[in-house]
Amino acid sequence: MGAVIALDALLDQRRVWKGQASAAARSSQPTGLAHLDAALPLGGWPDAALSEILLPAPGLGELKLLWPTLARLTQAGQRVVLVAPPYIPYAPAWEKAGVDLRWLQIVDAGDNAPWATEQCLRSGSCAAVLCWLPQADDRSLRRLQVAAETGQSLAFSYRPAAQAINPSPAALRLLLDVGQVQVLKCRGGLPPARPVSLASGH
Amino acid sequence: MRWACILFPQLALDGVLRRRSDPDEPLALLAGPPQRRMIRTANAAARALGLRPGQSLAAAQLLGVRFACEEYLESEIQAWQGFLAAWAYRFSSQVSLHYPRALLLEIESSLGLFGPWPRFEARLRAELDALGFRHRIVLAPTPAAARVLANVQDGAAVNEAELADALTRVPVARAGLSAETTTALARMGLRTLQQVFALPRDSLARRFPAELLRHLDCLTGGQPQVLDCYQPADSFEARIELNFEVESTQALLFPLRRLIGDLAAYLGGRDSGVQRFELLLEHRVGQPTQLQIGLLAAEREAGMLLELTRGRLEQLQLEAPVLALCLRARDLPPFVPQHRTLFDERPQQNLSWEQLRERLRARLGDASVQGLSSHAEHRPEQAWRAASAQRPGPLPEAPRPGWLLRTAQPLREQVRILAGPERIESGWWDGADMRRDYYLIETRSGQRGWAFAPLGEAGPLQLQGWFG
Repeated sequence: MGAVIALDALLDQRRVWKGQASAAARSSQPTGLAHLDAALPLGGWPDAALSEILLPAPGLGELKLLWPTLARLTQAGQRVVLVAPPYIPYAPAWEKAGVDLRWLQIVDAGDNAPWATEQCLRSGSCAAVLCWLPQADDRSLRRLQVAAETGQSLAFSYRPAAQAINPSPAALRLLLDVGQVQVLKCRGGLPPARPVSLASGH
Repeated sequence: MRWACILFPQLALDGVLRRRSDPDEPLALLAGPPQRRMIRTANAAARALGLRPGQSLAAAQLLGVRFACEEYLESEIQAWQGFLAAWAYRFSSQVSLHYPRALLLEIESSLGLFGPWPRFEARLRAELDALGFRHRIVLAPTPAAARVLANVQDGAAVNEAELADALTRVPVARAGLSAETTTALARMGLRTLQQVFALPRDSLARRFPAELLRHLDCLTGGQPQVLDCYQPADSFEARIELNFEVESTQALLFPLRRLIGDLAAYLGGRDSGVQRFELLLEHRVGQPTQLQIGLLAAEREAGMLLELTRGRLEQLQLEAPVLALCLRARDLPPFVPQHRTLFDERPQQNLSWEQLRERLRARLGDASVQGLSSHAEHRPEQAWRAASAQRPGPLPEAPRPGWLLRTAQPLREQVRILAGPERIESGWWDGADMRRDYYLIETRSGQRGWAFAPLGEAGPLQLQGWFG
């Protein structure tokens, strides 16, 4: 019996290469998009970790990617914070997407956006924190990753698509394109080779 | 009833020392007219240098030692007594300042909460040490006896049975009698209270003023003593005068910590919190700089109040050197501690949302954290509010973008129109009249946007939002 337990522990630590994605820990945070959930090895957002969404330009469905998750969290009475959004979140559209705005807070942080994001993540009182950090470097992203682990929160960072060539400590990296999303990196398995199509419609 | 007497043997000195950064520096407090300045009291370091109370300042300066001088102010002692009474009010509802430089607390009714007495006493001592006041604490069945025994020994706790015995050993000179009575008793050869108690009452009544018998009866509890009980003030105000001109906010942190600590002690005594207070930085000339600290919910924890004040203070640009700090708190709502469940679902929650929000506001500005709500209005600019609403507004039927641009921008490139036009025409009543045809557009790179053409005007489409 002892050997079996030791093998399980080894597999959990991912020190043994099995050649196939292990169906071990499933994420408790589904994305709400069936195609994407099926494509991700964890079946959802990585728990208590930083996810990066790279987008070449606004208006490509970057909010539609997160709205199901935000709607689920806010309807369960969990707080979601937007740190330094680039535009005004248009309340009627967010409500139509199912987000309970009572649990949504917007932090106007200016140059202090990395600090504010880290504080929100570390506090543990926010279920998800969305931040827009065009200037973020590897070190500040690593800080966010650690803060998300400390506070057991979901962190989403929107960054320009040009950052895709740079390495990142994020647990999940998605490159958004017109109507589809490419998984660049994901924890718990190999990223799917083909882009995942997002369900169309507004 | 059991009374605790807390005696402050060097209240004036402690009051001055606690605002100085180095308490071991020789310090003398001066009093008297300018021609004849006297040393009223001196701390241990100054005594070691040969300074004595009653010495004239000229004589002290002849000693050729360096020491710091401060004014001995009766008004300041009064203020400290008031502050200490406010602090003690959290432990007992009957606090009296009947005797100067001493607090009387009725503690028997508080023992259920803070007791037993040794633990209660240790707590009192620990808090007074933290506040920086030297003290003696004595427990006795009557207030007068507690005060007299505090003259003789520190830490005594006397019950009814031991009271008579404890009082007999008190020297007449320290029994709290008037100077003439003390002299007269001493000349009669009476050294301790035991000898005074042994005398027949009628001869004492004949030979001495009535206050002697009244005092003796108050000591033994034979006659009840009427005490004025302390009523806490409705607002808090404290001021620290600095010894030198301070030009950086960093150097203000030490006195600020004291002020906030005092505020927290006061709030604890009143069982209230603070929601709004102001810090005044006084300069040599001109109006003091005001720093308003407003919180969204009542707080009273010293560390948190300090951190929030500090965040705001560090952003302040000092225009002139600061001579004094003053803290005023008028708005003192009841403090309601947060409810926490025993088995918290988020065990690592080390900072509640309320605390986090205050921390963000302290650093980023008061308006930096906002909610969002929709508003029943057709004009897109007016259809949202930066505040949390209790009820969701009506849902739009037509597609609406997730992002709204702060100001509409002209679209320079060729776009494909996916849907529209949708006429929005509203606002004739408030001057912001608007007549627009809205289109759902797609740029060549696939971005979906929301753009409008003002009715009756030529020109490019105006982009107002993105379907994010």
